[in-house]
Amino acid sequence: MSTATKILAGPARRAPSRARQNALSWIGLHSVAIALAVAFIAPIVFIFLTSVMSDQQALTKNLWPTSWHWENFVEVFNKAPLIRYFLNSIMYAGLATIFMLASSIPVAYALARMKWRGRNLMFYLVIVAMMLPPQVMAVPMYVMWAKLGLTGTLWPLVIPNLFGDAFSIFLLRQFLITIPKSYSESARIDGASELGILTKVILPMAKPGIAAAALFSFLNAWNDYFGPLLYSGENPDNWTLSLGLASFRGAQQVQWNMTMTATVLVMMPVIILFFFAQKYFIEGIKFSGVKG
Amino acid sequence: MTAIDSKPKMAAPLKAALRPATPKRTKLKGRLVVLAFMSPWLIGISVFFVYPLLATIFYSFTNFDLINDPTWAGFSNFVFMFTKDPLMWTAIGNTVWLTIAITVGRVGFGLLTAIVLSKIKRGSGVFRTLFYLPALAPPVAAALAFVFLLNPSTGPINQVLDLFGIDGPLWFNDPALAKPSLTVMALWSSGTVMVILLASLLDVPGELYEAAGLDGASGWKQFVHITLPSITPVLMFCIVNSVIVGLQFFTEAVVAGSVASGNASVAGSSETLGYPNNSTLTFPMWLYEQGFHQFHMGYASAMAIVLFLVSALFTVILVRRMRASGIGEEE
Repeated sequence: MSTATKILAGPARRAPSRARQNALSWIGLHSVAIALAVAFIAPIVFIFLTSVMSDQQALTKNLWPTSWHWENFVEVFNKAPLIRYFLNSIMYAGLATIFMLASSIPVAYALARMKWRGRNLMFYLVIVAMMLPPQVMAVPMYVMWAKLGLTGTLWPLVIPNLFGDAFSIFLLRQFLITIPKSYSESARIDGASELGILTKVILPMAKPGIAAAALFSFLNAWNDYFGPLLYSGENPDNWTLSLGLASFRGAQQVQWNMTMTATVLVMMPVIILFFFAQKYFIEGIKFSGVKG
Repeated sequence: MTAIDSKPKMAAPLKAALRPATPKRTKLKGRLVVLAFMSPWLIGISVFFVYPLLATIFYSFTNFDLINDPTWAGFSNFVFMFTKDPLMWTAIGNTVWLTIAITVGRVGFGLLTAIVLSKIKRGSGVFRTLFYLPALAPPVAAALAFVFLLNPSTGPINQVLDLFGIDGPLWFNDPALAKPSLTVMALWSSGTVMVILLASLLDVPGELYEAAGLDGASGWKQFVHITLPSITPVLMFCIVNSVIVGLQFFTEAVVAGSVASGNASVAGSSETLGYPNNSTLTFPMWLYEQGFHQFHMGYASAMAIVLFLVSALFTVILVRRMRASGIGEEE
C-alpha cells in the first residue's frame, strides 16, 4: 500500500512542481529577453526623441519632448549639404554593389562549383584578404590613386569592386556550394557550357544568396568611414554621409537636436532596407558563419 | 531527331569542332574556363593585395613623405617604433585592451543573447529583429548617438541613473571610462555574432539533447558536453572575426573622441585624436595620423607591417582550424 501510494503520489507530486519550474523559467527567460530588447532599442528611441526637440529643450534634462518639432527634419538640410552627401553615398554604395556582383559571381562559381587544382588555396587566400584590416594597404594604395590623380574622388572606393570583393566572394561561395551538384551535372550531360550552367541553372537558384551579398556590399559601403576619409576626405564635394555626419557636430556646436536629426536620417535608409529584406540579411549572416 | 538528321549535312571544319573532345582538350578548355571565371579576382588580388603588401614592405624600410622619392632608412622605422615613439605603447596598449574587451564581450554577450533567443518558442523572430537592428547602424551614427546618450550633464543614461540616486560618471570624458564606453557601444552593435551563433545553436540535433535529458544530464552539463562541442567551429570563427574587428578599431574611436572633446573641428583631425588624454588612441589611428597627417609614410608602412603580421597570425589560426575540420575542402 505504502509503495503504491508512493508510486502514485510521486509523479503526482512532481508534476505541479515541474510545471511551476517551467513557468518560472519561462518567466525568467522572457524577462531577460524583454530587458535585452529594451537595452537594444532604448538608444534608438532616445535619439529619435531628441531629434524632434527644440534646441533649448535638447540642452535640458527632459527626456520626452515638450513640443514636437518635426520641422527639424526639414531644417537640418540647411545646416549641411546632406543631399549632396546622400547622393555621394548612393553613388559609392550603388556602383560598388553593381561592380561587385559583375566580378564576384563568376569567381564564387569557380570556387564553389568547378574542380581545379589550387582551388582550396585560392579560397584560403580569399579569407586572408577578407580578414585584412584596411589600414594595412592604405599607404601604397593612396600613393597609387594619387599618381592616377583620383584622390579626392570616390573612384578609389568603387573601382576595386570591379575585381572582386573578398567578403562577397566568400559569402557567394558559401551559398553556391549548398546547391546540389545534380543540377549542374544534368545540365553538363545535356552539353551546356559552364557559362550556360551559371546563367541558366545556378543564377536563378542563387537569387537569395545574391540578394544577401548585394545587401551586405551596399551596407558596407554605406557605413564605411575609413575609405571615404582616406580618399575623398580632402574634397568636401565628394564627402559621403558618414564623413559629413562625423563633421556635422563640429559645425553645430551645441545643437544636439540637429545632430540627432541628422543621425536619424543617416540610419533611416539602412533600417528601411532591413525591414524590406530582413530574410536575406539573416540568411546571409548565417552563411558567413563558416558552417562546418 | 532533327539534330541527328542535320549532322551529316554539316561542313567538315564544323564537324571537327563538334567531334567529342579528347580528355586532353577538355582539360585545357576546362582550365581556360576556370581562368576566365577567376580572372577578376586574379587581377584584384595582384593589384589590391600582393602589390600593396610588397610596396608596404618596401616603404617600411624608407623615409617617405609622398612628395619626394623614398630614401632608404634600414630598420630605423622599426627601431623608432618600439624604442622612441612616445605614443606607440599607449596606442598598442589601447588596441590590446579594446581587442580583448571587444572579443570577450562580443562573443560572450552574443552567445548569451543567442541562447536566450534559441530557448524562446513564440515571438523569437521579433526579439531577434530587435536585438539585431543596432548592428546595422552606421558606426559614425552609432558613435554620435552614444556620445549623446552618455554625455555627463544631459545624457539620457545619466538621467536614468539619477532616478536611482546614482551620480552618473563622465563616460567619454573620463580617460578611465572612455574605452569601456566604446566597448558598451561595440556590444550594442554586435548582433551579427548573435545571429551566426543562433544559427549554429539551432543546428545542433535535438536528439542529442533528448538522449542527454533521458540520462539525467543537467542543463549546464548539456551545454558543456553537447552544445559547446557542436558550435566550436562557428565560435572559433566569431572569435577570430572579433579579434580582427578589435585590431582595426578606428571609426568609433575617432568620431567619439572628436565629438566628446567638444572641439569644433573636422572628425579625424590631429587635435582630438585619442581624446581624452590619448585614452582612445588606437594603433590604426596612430598609423593614420602618422601617414596621412604627418606624412611619415615610411613609418606608417612599418606600423602597417606590424598590424599585418598580427592579423595574419589570427587568420592563419582560423584557416588551419578550417582545414582541420575540412571546411574549404568540400567536393
